[in-house]
Amino acid sequence: MILSSYLHALGRYLMLMGRVFSVPEKFVMYWRQYVKEMIKLGLDSIVIVLIVSFFIGAVICIQIKMNIESAWMPHWVSGYVTREIMLLEFSSSIMCLILSGKVGSNIATEIGTMRVTQQIDALEIMGVNSASYLILPKIAGMITMMPLLVILSTVSGILGAYAAAYIGHILTPAHLTEGLQYDFHPWFFWMGVVKSLFFAFIITSVPAYYGYRVEGGSVEVGKASTDAVVASSMIVLFSDIFLTRLLS
Amino acid sequence: MIQLVDVRKTFDDGKVVLKGISTVFESGKTNLIIGQSGSGKTVLMKCIVGLFEPTAGQILYHDRDFVSMGKHERMLLRREMGMIFQSAALFDSLSVLENVMFPLDMFSADSYKERRRRAQFCLDRVNLADAGEKFPGEISGGMQKRVAIARAIALNPKYLFCDEPNSGLDPKTSLVIDGLIHSITREFGTTTIINTHDMNSVMGIGEHIIYIYEGYKEWEGTKDEVMGSDNEKLNSFIFASDLFRKVKAANS
Ligand SMILES: Nc1ncnc2c1ncn2[C@@H]1O[C@H](COP(=O)(O)OP(=O)(O)OP(=O)(O)O)[C@@H](O)[C@H]1O
Ligand SMILES: [Mg+2]
Repeated sequence: MILSSYLHALGRYLMLMGRVFSVPEKFVMYWRQYVKEMIKLGLDSIVIVLIVSFFIGAVICIQIKMNIESAWMPHWVSGYVTREIMLLEFSSSIMCLILSGKVGSNIATEIGTMRVTQQIDALEIMGVNSASYLILPKIAGMITMMPLLVILSTVSGILGAYAAAYIGHILTPAHLTEGLQYDFHPWFFWMGVVKSLFFAFIITSVPAYYGYRVEGGSVEVGKASTDAVVASSMIVLFSDIFLTRLLS
Repeated sequence: MIQLVDVRKTFDDGKVVLKGISTVFESGKTNLIIGQSGSGKTVLMKCIVGLFEPTAGQILYHDRDFVSMGKHERMLLRREMGMIFQSAALFDSLSVLENVMFPLDMFSADSYKERRRRAQFCLDRVNLADAGEKFPGEISGGMQKRVAIARAIALNPKYLFCDEPNSGLDPKTSLVIDGLIHSITREFGTTTIINTHDMNSVMGIGEHIIYIYEGYKEWEGTKDEVMGSDNEKLNSFIFASDLFRKVKAANS
């Protein structure tokens, strides 16, 4: 029963994506939406990304230094671990998990409200492919902005670690710098970016699916918004495991 | 011209709403669908424009069958349609002018200046020349309906659908909107279909009326015939209003 309902949902999702990825009626109109979505989904998320990453970077550094490091460990460990966690997991996966709350509920609510107020029907009657017009610019906008968010998150996390060094005097900045530079593989950075692109697709397309198929009124829109965030977070978590195995 | 041939609609939950409706809606005329709340007017209109798939039957737009059409053909045909929803359904992220310009932006090859002029003309037409910069949330329900009309006529549609254009409006504004729809229909030879249970509209612009009762087409005629009909079900619908009962008594 449960399995078949999941398969049904998957089928409907794929069918919706089939409609989303079709040739735009008029490129200029899609471009206009695309720019709007880059601002709304991407630029408007920068502050939260910077804040969260800064504190997580600082906290990781402090935790490692205070709780893990011991006399027989090299002094570069704190910086090294902070960098690896930020690059490999936090700035891509965990950040997308956080963004799925912000971006996901925003998308599901917006599209769901358009559905229940018949704005989507109005688009359809005009002969516009509503799925494509509403969803494609969101997916494309988020995918475009995601690498920027990943970079900003990593940078902000490292600044957080330096704050722990300079302001908190937890460790010396020189040790931190040494750790940050120790045994650096550029691929780890790219791996984070590649993963984040997948997640960008998930945290926009899944909530769009939930919003697009709302029936009813404000209660259903609220429910769709919650379901969308839960589902996209889950899918981000599961696919993180597979992507990590695949890319490592 | 739109022709319905034995249109039926049963929902997935087993509810039979339309039980075989056939009629012809002619161009240049205001065609009214009347009936009690819940009788299936909205469902019928949604079947005609393809927001619901009819369970059986044909819907012919100038002899092109809409039901058996492919997706792409439908999309092209829909560019000839305009619809005014029961709830206006304006895009609330766009200003009034942008709402009216939207179909033009999407489908017209005209320059920005011309599109803007056309949108402004449509707004003038519904007496909202000064409201262009406002947002849908900032204007009254009647104004929203009028913006919806302006948006629906922006591309000079061949087919115009209005789902209860007067619901929730005062009698005077209703008259204005009815008059507007009527004159547009006349002027451009539009095939116009209007859902309503407003008797004032029926008497005002009912050039062709079909009365839906429990999923059947119970009666069909014009506004001149509607008062004198001896169809009991139709009479119980029309003369539910005390006013119309008195009018009838005075006439006879
Ligand atoms: N999506 C749906 N699924 C199942 N039943 C539906 C659906 N939409 C409408 N119905 C049913 O169809 C019937 C007719 O509804 P409809 O909205 O067409 O009425 P109406 O004539 O437009 O009424 P009103 O004048 O109040 O707008 C109702 O009994 C309703 O419950
Ligand atoms: Mg209705």
